[in-house]
Amino acid sequence: MTVFIIRRLMQSSLVLLLMSLLVFFGVFAIGDPIEIFIAPDADQAERARAIAALGLDKPIWEQYVMFVANAVAGDLGRSFVFNIPSIELILQRMPATLELAIVAVALSVVLGVPLGMYAGYKPDGAVAKTIMAGSIFGFSLPSFWVGLMLILIFAVELGWLPSTGRGEVGTFLGIQSSIFTFNGLKHLLLPALNLALFNISLVIRLTRAGMRENLPMDYVKFARAKGLSKRRVILVHVLKNILIPIVTVVGLEIGSVIAFAVVTETIFAWPGMGKLIIDSINNLDRPVIVAYLMIVVLMFIVINLVVDILYSILDPRVRLGDMGK
Amino acid sequence: MAATLEVRNLQTHFHTKAGVLRAVDGVSFEVGEGKILGLVGESGSGKSVTGFSIMGLVDPPGRIVGGEVLFKGKNIVGMAEDEIRSLRGNRIAMIFQDPMMTLNPVLKVETQMIEAVQAHENVDRKTAWARARDALGQVGIPSPEERLASYPHQFSGGMRQRVAIAIALLNKPDLIVADEPTTALDVTIQGQILYEVQKLARVTRTALIWITHDLSVVASLADEVCVMYAGRIVERGSVDDVLDKPAHPYTAGLIGSVPSRNARGRPLTQIPGVMPSMLNLPSGCAFRMRCQYADDACTKTPPEPIGKRGVRCVRPLAEVA
Repeated sequence: MTVFIIRRLMQSSLVLLLMSLLVFFGVFAIGDPIEIFIAPDADQAERARAIAALGLDKPIWEQYVMFVANAVAGDLGRSFVFNIPSIELILQRMPATLELAIVAVALSVVLGVPLGMYAGYKPDGAVAKTIMAGSIFGFSLPSFWVGLMLILIFAVELGWLPSTGRGEVGTFLGIQSSIFTFNGLKHLLLPALNLALFNISLVIRLTRAGMRENLPMDYVKFARAKGLSKRRVILVHVLKNILIPIVTVVGLEIGSVIAFAVVTETIFAWPGMGKLIIDSINNLDRPVIVAYLMIVVLMFIVINLVVDILYSILDPRVRLGDMGK
Repeated sequence: MAATLEVRNLQTHFHTKAGVLRAVDGVSFEVGEGKILGLVGESGSGKSVTGFSIMGLVDPPGRIVGGEVLFKGKNIVGMAEDEIRSLRGNRIAMIFQDPMMTLNPVLKVETQMIEAVQAHENVDRKTAWARARDALGQVGIPSPEERLASYPHQFSGGMRQRVAIAIALLNKPDLIVADEPTTALDVTIQGQILYEVQKLARVTRTALIWITHDLSVVASLADEVCVMYAGRIVERGSVDDVLDKPAHPYTAGLIGSVPSRNARGRPLTQIPGVMPSMLNLPSGCAFRMRCQYADDACTKTPPEPIGKRGVRCVRPLAEVA
């Protein structure tokens, strides 16, 4: 296990280095921030001073080396727009996005697994068919449209839930989050549901497929032949087997949920990282874009590691030492 | 005294889109305490479905449509699910064919054994664990304490089948239905397991139904044998009678198909053709299309094999009493 983690960390640092190259040079290709930041009527000397102040006068490879050297020390540069460290800027916005993503993923598991299990257990029933038809909508309807419809129905027509912004923040066990206040939860529900919809459908289909695959297996019949109750056979024997693929997919989806949060955050005016990255791209705030992308890559790496470890806990046949070779 | 299990005219049908498939069509037999009954037949002859019917484990589209399964005089067919569940794994246990598939890959052996005890008896974990350990020891698994904490994939095929047998023994059942339990194992392991099982039936007086297609297993293990073909019993009798003087041409064909040393160099004998589709059985004797002795008389329904020794054939190859 330790060997596995060490090897994985080494691989990860290589991935990070490659990503930083791609991101750094990619951002250079999309435009010159000078044109945005400097007043059009500035004279040549003023212009040169500004460029030097931002460090943009040096050749790109030198800028990259500086960036990497600073990044290793934990400094991902200062935002051109806000003139504060971009890492600080992102960390300020991160909790809002993370709580949105976590609630969305939790929703997709809590709703998706039971619905999928039912649909797989009684596949010919009307309820199962309704669930499956619903999951097709969850898959195919565009997220921004669903978001607008949710606002229209629950915020405008019914007036049950607020449509924009993040609610009050509460503190629990030293963690600050809007999950801990009623007002915060009310604000969170619609965007989280919007973000979760695709994943709920995904988990439903995955769980149903797992049920359909596992139920006719010999081990299920053998468990029944032991005289176990249906409940135990399904909830212990079958569930533990179908959780393996679900954990994999859900783990990877956490990453894409964070990425997709851009759309949801824009619709619901949620003050998260997604909103920040959109604004930064519009302003060509290079350090923030680069820092954001690096942090997202880092999160993917961590999530993958956690998924692999979870995998070995769920499936005794998986030995981490053999993976990643 | 009543037999441990008496099956009377059991009919298990599968209602498929292509029609009604009579997988088991009027099967009757009985097994007494401490006796071993061999249920022999080709793939698809309905022998496994018979086993599952006894367990009450026939899944849709299959259904027991007629007959009785009397366990110690009580009919299991039509029993409430809860009542039959309390018998399953407790009084009637089952061993499956493929030991690689029967144990749950993600649960420890001890979990799978303890739950089998606790499903039927209100005992604490420790007592159940001790019983699991003893059962593993009983089937010849070395250092059972350590093995209990292992996962199924850490056992070999033969060891897994021993674990499955140990699970079947946990609650000291009165009847064990063994569905080809040694088919997937190599012969030396098969021999060991047969020996253990035979000893067990004798010592604990457990009745045993041994489902197999392997006549040599039946010869060395069973007391009585029923030969099944196309969902029906075509011949029954004591092992010695049936194997020495087979009366049904099908039984004779099965015996002839076993390769032997005496026939070295000669082509192996076989029964020509395959079993007809269960959806489209010929009239009269189901075997007549493959039978070398068949003639016009065989288009009539052959007699039911009744009594201890019986044969479903209009012109049996041997006298049956």
